[in-house]
Amino acid sequence: MLKIKNLHARIDEVEILKGINLEIKAGEVHAIMGPNGSGKSTLSSVIAGREDYEITEGSIEFSGEDIMELSPEERAHMGLFLSFQYPVEIPGVSVTNFLKTAINESRKGRGLEPMPAKDMLKKMREKMAMLEMDKSFMSRAINEGFSGGEKKRNEIFQMAMLEPKLAILDETDSGLDIDALRVVASGVNKLRNENNAILVITHYQRLLDHIIPDKVHVLQGGKIVRSGDKNLALELESKGYDWLKHEPAI
Amino acid sequence: MDQFKDKLLSSFIVFENQLNGQKNKPFHQLRRSAIDTFETKGFPTVRDEEWKYTNLKPLFKKDYNVFHSSEESLEFRDIRRYFLSESDTYKIVFINGFFASWLSSTTHQNYDVCTFSSALEKYQDIIDEYAGTIARNEDSLTALNTSFAREGAFIHIPDGKVVDRPIEIIFFTTDGDNNTFIQPRNLVVVGQNSQCNIVERHQSLGNQHTVSNCVTEVLAKKGAQVTYHKIQNDAPNASLIDSTTVKQEKDSTVTLHTFSFGGKLTRNNLEFDLVEPGAQANLYGISILNDYQLVDNHTVVNHISPHCESNELYKGIFDDHARGVFNGKVHVFPHAQKTNAFQENNNLLLTDTASIDTKPQLEIYADDVKCSHGCTIGQLDEDALFYLRQRGIPHKEAQALLMFAFTTDALRGLKIGELKNKLNRLIARKLSVNIDFDL
Repeated sequence: MLKIKNLHARIDEVEILKGINLEIKAGEVHAIMGPNGSGKSTLSSVIAGREDYEITEGSIEFSGEDIMELSPEERAHMGLFLSFQYPVEIPGVSVTNFLKTAINESRKGRGLEPMPAKDMLKKMREKMAMLEMDKSFMSRAINEGFSGGEKKRNEIFQMAMLEPKLAILDETDSGLDIDALRVVASGVNKLRNENNAILVITHYQRLLDHIIPDKVHVLQGGKIVRSGDKNLALELESKGYDWLKHEPAI
Repeated sequence: MDQFKDKLLSSFIVFENQLNGQKNKPFHQLRRSAIDTFETKGFPTVRDEEWKYTNLKPLFKKDYNVFHSSEESLEFRDIRRYFLSESDTYKIVFINGFFASWLSSTTHQNYDVCTFSSALEKYQDIIDEYAGTIARNEDSLTALNTSFAREGAFIHIPDGKVVDRPIEIIFFTTDGDNNTFIQPRNLVVVGQNSQCNIVERHQSLGNQHTVSNCVTEVLAKKGAQVTYHKIQNDAPNASLIDSTTVKQEKDSTVTLHTFSFGGKLTRNNLEFDLVEPGAQANLYGISILNDYQLVDNHTVVNHISPHCESNELYKGIFDDHARGVFNGKVHVFPHAQKTNAFQENNNLLLTDTASIDTKPQLEIYADDVKCSHGCTIGQLDEDALFYLRQRGIPHKEAQALLMFAFTTDALRGLKIGELKNKLNRLIARKLSVNIDFDL
């Protein structure tokens, strides 16, 4: 589904990613863990196509296609979704109107007709119920005045609505209390199937108690320094990142 | 400019001779003194502080026809798109300055929605009591309008009446071969505790240069509620100088929306006099301009009486070489204690060649007041743009959505459903996207 080879990326002349290799197959959940400043968020932005970053080397393939030259919206239309660490507040655009535009533009991008309003509304209600969200969300301006937890829940709600092939969850657990974490994680788990994949980016292990990863990678200094199964996350939690400080890239 | 000024001065004599019996009425005295004012002052120039950023010289260097012929071939179906509704509004429609009765829908039941010319004949007492008492006669362009004032909209709502549907005032110009200069004159008198909604539009249907020098006087009596919408989306060669003066009595509320989406040069002079306690004035403006278009919003709110409130919010989006001017003056008179005056002007510049000159001016001579003002100039938020694009919304549509979002707080309080839909479509077209903004 996602194949990253020897990816180097920089911003303002500073190299942040220094040769990332990562392959995620359909049906898998991968986690990338790493200390602050290791390049986790850069990696998610680069995969999603943020233009501030310059890719100096390497390749990114998604669904068997080279996506390096594609715009963020084209990548989204292919089924790539990024749950933002800091979702942006957009006063004046309601959640409903935003989603309606996003879904129909994505459908247009794939050559499909707009979704009938009735179906859209029904789906919104279902997904909101799944994430235990209040209906009043629908008419609120997107992320405006939302608490940290509400913003993250709203990201997963959008993921549920857009049904991506690959969802990257960037620090989705930050700002969530235990109950919200449980609801969000159970929402994500319900969305998992053999045809999609999830990349969880996190600093802490606690989200991985709920969303069990097939593989865990440790990112440090712009490189993946170790990969393993879910036990690697537990090991990291007890030993700290310093444990792998001097690990060479793999 | 001098040539056209001379033409206007000599045209006045011709005009006067067409007036017949009207020449002996008191209103004509006003015209006479107004032409003197214009003769003395002439067109304003950039040396005049109020016209520092907007140069009228290129506009009035050209020659314009001052007298026009009526155009009777225009049919409603050809111009349907400029109206809110076919049947659910009152309409006062003019073509080249002449009243177009077949396109209009006026009334004299309960209230008068008709023309200024018929009011000059039939409602002379109201004309004598109000016409020319609210406008700024010392202003040279207002004086020029007054000196030729004969036609425009006349709306008179007696006390205690709620006008049951919106009133549309539209001025069309059609002169295919000639540059056209028209000077509509409107008078709106809204009685105690009465309510009305007005939508005004100027629309050139030809390619030649058109200049409208329009003057509107609005009186809101005690407890009256008036909402006035100005839709400015004219042709590339059409210019508008609009001077609207509003006088508000006790506990009245007047909300004035200005939507500037097109036209070569648009100058809005809005002046509010809050003369009795409890009056509230709301001025909301949205400008979305591109190409070489210019909009100049000059507002003055005079807090003459205590316990009044004014809210002013202007949003501008300027693309290409478009230019904006915002000059907002709030004048709090010495006895106007407990004044609340709020003013804000926010702008987005989309190119390096677009520009805005913004100048808030507060003159406060009372000591127990709450006044605030602020202005911002910025670009679209890149993080927000990326967020929208990541969700599959293409670049242009994402920009449009953010621009629309930027304007929405100046759209609040719009009550006419059909107007919301129309603005929604106009804004989408202006931003060249096909999305439903959902006001």
